[in-house]
Amino acid sequence: MPSGAELIRKIKEEIEEVDPKDVHELTRNGNSAVIVDVREEHEFAESHLPGALHVPRGHLESRIEGAVGDRSSRVILYCASGSRSALAAHTMKELLGYEDVASMRGGITLWKDRGYEVDVPRALSAEQRERYSRHLLIPEIGLEGQMKLLDAKVLLLGAGGLGSPAALYLAAAGVGTLGIVDNDVVDLSNLQRQVAHSNERIGVPKVDSAEISVHEINPDVHVEKYPVRLGADNIMEIIDGYDVIVDGLDNFPTRYLLNDASVRKQIPVVSASILGFEGQLSVFHPYEGPCYRCLYPTPPPAELAPSCGAAGVLGVLPGVMGLLQSVEVVKIVTGAGETLAGRLLLYDALGTTFTELKVRRDPDCPICSRDPESISDEEMGVFPDYEAFCMGAG
Amino acid sequence: MSTVKIPPVLRSSVGGAREIEADGADVGEVLRELASRHPATQSQLFSEDGELNRYVNVYLNDEDVRVLEGLETAVTTADTIVILPAMAGG
Repeated sequence: MPSGAELIRKIKEEIEEVDPKDVHELTRNGNSAVIVDVREEHEFAESHLPGALHVPRGHLESRIEGAVGDRSSRVILYCASGSRSALAAHTMKELLGYEDVASMRGGITLWKDRGYEVDVPRALSAEQRERYSRHLLIPEIGLEGQMKLLDAKVLLLGAGGLGSPAALYLAAAGVGTLGIVDNDVVDLSNLQRQVAHSNERIGVPKVDSAEISVHEINPDVHVEKYPVRLGADNIMEIIDGYDVIVDGLDNFPTRYLLNDASVRKQIPVVSASILGFEGQLSVFHPYEGPCYRCLYPTPPPAELAPSCGAAGVLGVLPGVMGLLQSVEVVKIVTGAGETLAGRLLLYDALGTTFTELKVRRDPDCPICSRDPESISDEEMGVFPDYEAFCMGAG
Repeated sequence: MSTVKIPPVLRSSVGGAREIEADGADVGEVLRELASRHPATQSQLFSEDGELNRYVNVYLNDEDVRVLEGLETAVTTADTIVILPAMAGG
């Protein structure tokens, strides 16, 4: 049997090797080849060739098709010194049917020695790499997605039934800044479902109680607290600068107000509502999909819109809905998958059914059919029958 | 017979049922049949002039009847009509 060194030498003879100079030329002249780094995650994170994709050699067979779907593409692999990439090129050519694959001689070490530039991405600390390791393993999130989460500012409207699970899981996921708007204090009757609070914190403002829970699970999260009631006088200022808003509000007037303000600011809203055993969920992405008013042009009268306080809610239900909201937030921030924009999801916990309905943009929508600049302060959250319909609905 | 899904806020008006089977050639006929059998739903679904209330969303399967032909949208026995009220609980 040959030694490892002999095997590598033999394999290098069977594959095409290219010099860093040629790869550098390629990258300067509108690169048509796909450059793939086959080193380990921590090596790639330290520095890599500009524009390189990352497929660790240990995951080559399972992941290369996701990175390079076309087997006739010109693919150049590299590693630290050119051995791992030679072995990977051999595998791709002989076992996976890639027709035009080469390995860069001398790897990134020789590339750097020649003085060619590398991308030095922002790195996670060792503690962060450990904390978010299960995210880093998912290709759809990975290091890039985790960085986006760490940079993200997410505003939670309400630290109640929906806001509690969202706060905990978004903090755990590493959302960098969590804004929490709630002017209430923790009440014993909240604890059947509002899991960000605790027995010891009855009587404590919900924003303070939620902050404690957030920091217990992830001390790195920056918490912005707004112990106020969201209203026309403060909403534009509060939502400013946030990337995504999580609507867990408990009344119609503020939901309409939020819609109008978020359309003006063009901030996506992940909206859920709950009652009894049923929940509704959608994403309102201004100008990319319908807004809340496209779905519900008019709020129902009070007798058809009881609150959870009046009609009750299964304690577990907001956990389900708040976490479905959180998943949508992570997807919006990282760009993974498809959001619920344009769709309304109904969850009936009693029958265990999920029903999906189409939601379309209303070409005559009083808000999102117009330019955001044309929406005035006076119009926000208002419709002709506002007082009569809404006042009893909270 | 088409199936009409009854939202929680209307269930007390139909004796607690989650779904009701009702006859009709179009959405309006099915809902009027529902309202005639369960009169308490009449004013919740329809305005005094017989139009659907603006705050009531009605879907034929997964499509809003507002983008179909409204109450005149034809239905078959295999169809499900969803009555959807806005909810604000959080």
